[in-house]
Amino acid sequence: MHSRTLPYLLILPVTVFLGVFFLYPFVLVAQQAFTTGAGFTFDNFTKVTTHWKFPTSFKNTLLLAAAVVPVQLALALLMATMVTNMKKGRDLVLYVWTIPLGISDLAAGIIWLAIFEQSGFLNSMMQGLGFIEQPTNLISYQSPMLVFVAIALAEIWRATAIMLVILVAGIGLIPKEYYEAAEVFGAGPWKRFTRITLPLLRPSLSTALVLRVILAFEVFAVVQALGGTLFPVLMGETYKYQFELLNGGAAAAIALIILVISIAATLVILRVLRVPKGASI
Amino acid sequence: MAEIEIKNIAKSFGNYQALHNINLTIHDQEFMVLLGASGCGKSTLLRIIAGLETATSGEVWIGGRRIDHLSPKDRGIAMVFQNYAVFPHLTVFENIGFGLRMQKLPNAEVERRVHRTAELMHIEQLLKRYSGELSGGQRQRVAVARALAMEPDVILMDEPLSNLDALLRMEMRAELKGVLAESKTTAIYVTHDQVEAMSMADRISVMHQGRIAQNSSPVEVYRNPSEKFVAGFIGNPPMNFLPATEVSKGQWSVAGCQFSGPEAHSGAIDFAIRPEDLSPADTGIAAIAKVVEPLGAHLLVTCDVEGHLFRAVLDSDLALRAGDTIHLAPQQDRIRWFDQNTTQAICLS
Ligand SMILES: Nc1ncnc2c1ncn2[C@@H]1O[C@H](COP(=O)(O)OP(=O)(O)O)[C@@H](O)[C@H]1O
Ligand SMILES: [Mg+2]
Repeated sequence: MHSRTLPYLLILPVTVFLGVFFLYPFVLVAQQAFTTGAGFTFDNFTKVTTHWKFPTSFKNTLLLAAAVVPVQLALALLMATMVTNMKKGRDLVLYVWTIPLGISDLAAGIIWLAIFEQSGFLNSMMQGLGFIEQPTNLISYQSPMLVFVAIALAEIWRATAIMLVILVAGIGLIPKEYYEAAEVFGAGPWKRFTRITLPLLRPSLSTALVLRVILAFEVFAVVQALGGTLFPVLMGETYKYQFELLNGGAAAAIALIILVISIAATLVILRVLRVPKGASI
Repeated sequence: MAEIEIKNIAKSFGNYQALHNINLTIHDQEFMVLLGASGCGKSTLLRIIAGLETATSGEVWIGGRRIDHLSPKDRGIAMVFQNYAVFPHLTVFENIGFGLRMQKLPNAEVERRVHRTAELMHIEQLLKRYSGELSGGQRQRVAVARALAMEPDVILMDEPLSNLDALLRMEMRAELKGVLAESKTTAIYVTHDQVEAMSMADRISVMHQGRIAQNSSPVEVYRNPSEKFVAGFIGNPPMNFLPATEVSKGQWSVAGCQFSGPEAHSGAIDFAIRPEDLSPADTGIAAIAKVVEPLGAHLLVTCDVEGHLFRAVLDSDLALRAGDTIHLAPQQDRIRWFDQNTTQAICLS
C-alpha cells in the first residue's frame, strides 16, 4: 500500500546524508566566496583572479590535465584490452596494476621525489652507468620542463588504474557475438577496436573520463611533493589562501572556480560521448 | 560455384571431443540443414567453417579452394547469428552496410546494395533506426540482410529463428527459404527444430554426439532413418519400437503378432513403426490405451504394449477412452527394423 511512497522513503537517508555533508557545506563555501563581511560581492573573485600567480596556476592546472588525461586514457584502453584478452593470470595482473590506487597521492608524490631528487634513484643510476659525472638537481626552477614531466609521470603512474578498472568492467559488458560478427564481416583487430569496442564503451569511457578529469583539476599533493612552489596549481593556491594567508573567502572563490571548470568539462565529455536513444547495448 | 567440402574435421575442447571425424559435402546452391539436439556440436562445426573456431584436425574446402587456414573475411562467407548480433551503435543502414564498408566499396555501391537487400527483407522503412528500436523479428531481418548484402558464396545460419515466437517463425521460415533460393547461395542452416529442418532443407544432416548420424533428403530421413537415434529424434511423436523374436526364417513375433522381417540376422532386433502408420483393426498389436489426446485433426493415443510405450495417431472420430484395449495394425511397407546392439537400421534386401 506504500508502493508509491516507499522508494522515496528508501532514498531519504542518502538524501539527508548528502544534504548535511555535501549540500550544506557547499552552500557555506558559496556564501563565503560571495561575501567579505559587507554583503554580496565579487571582491573575492576579483582579488584571486587578478593576483599575478593566478594565470600561471590556472594554465598549469589545465596543461597538466591536458597532458595527463589523454595519456592515461590511451594507456588504460591498452591495458584493459590486454587484460580482457588474457586467458590465465588476468586477476593477478589486474591486482598488480591497481596497486598504485591504494597509495595516497602524497605518498605517491614522495615516491617519485625519491626517484627524481638530487640524491635520488635516477641520479644514482645514471651516475652508476656513467651517463653523468655527478648528481644534478633535476627538479629546480632552471628546468621547468623536467618538473612538469616528473609531475605528469607521477600522476599517470598513480591514477591510470582508476580508469583501467572502469574500462575493464565496461569491456566485459560487450557481448562476444559482436566481435565475431565484425570479424566475419571483415573487420581486423584494429577495426574491431575502433568500430566495436570504442563506440560500445562510450558509457564507461565517459564515466572514467569525468572522474579522471575532475581529479586532475583537483591535483594537489603530488604537485606539492614534487614541484612545491615551482609549479603552482589552482588547488595549491586554495590551500595557500586558506592556511597561509588565512583568507577563507579567497580560498572559497578559487574552489568555486575549480568547480565551474569541472562542471564545464563534465558537460563537454557527456555531450561528446553520449549514446543516441535506442543505440545502447 | 561454391561447393563446400568438410574433410575429416575433428574438434576437441581440452579432453572433451566435440566433433569426431566429420565428412560432409554440400553442393553448390544447396540448402543444407544441420539438425541435432542441443550440445551435439552443430555450432562448433558451423564456427569451424566460418573460421571463428579452429579445428583440431581436418580440412574445409569451399569452391575447390582450401580455406581452413584463412581468416573469416577471406572465406567468401557471411553469417547470421543466433542472437542476431546486430550492432547496437549503428543504424540499420550501417549494420547492413558494415561488411561492404569493411571492403571499402564506394559509397554509391554500398547504398545500392543496402537498399536492394533491405527491400528484399522488407525493412526499407527501418534504415535510420537503431537496433534498440526494433522488434526481435525486425532484428532478425536486419541480420539476414547484412549477410545477403555481402553477396557471399556461402551463407551460414546458426539457429536464426530460435528466438522468435512460433507464428513469426513459421512466416520467416518460408520467406527465408524463398530469399535464399533466389540469391543462389549455398546455405548451411543449423537448427534443433525438426519441423524447421524438414520444411526448409534440400538435405538434412542429423548430428548426434559430435557425429553425423544420417545425411539425406528430408523424406528419406523421415521414412528410412539410418539408426535408432534418428528414428527417435525425427517425428513428433517419434517412432515406436518393440522387441522382436524370430519365429522362423524371416518371420518375427512382435507383441504376439507375426511379421515378415529380415532373414538371417544374428542378434536381437527391434521392430519399428511410426504412430501415424497404425490403424485400428480386428487383429493386430494389442494395446491398452493410457492417455487419449484429441488434437483436432487426429487422436493421439499413448498406449502400453507389453510394458513398452507405444503411440498411435488415429482418426479423431474413433470413440476411445483410457483403459480400452485396441488392436493396431501397422502398414506393412512402413515397418522398419533396427539392430538392438549396433542401433543401425537393417535393410531388407
Ligand atoms: N569454447 C568451448 N569450450 C569448451 N567446450 C565447448 C566450447 N564450445 C562448445 N563446447 C562444447 O562442445 C559441445 C558442442 O557445443 P555446440 O557446438 O555449441 O553445440 P550445439 O550448437 O549443437 O548446441 C558442447 O558440449 C559444448 O559444451
Ligand atoms: Mg548452438
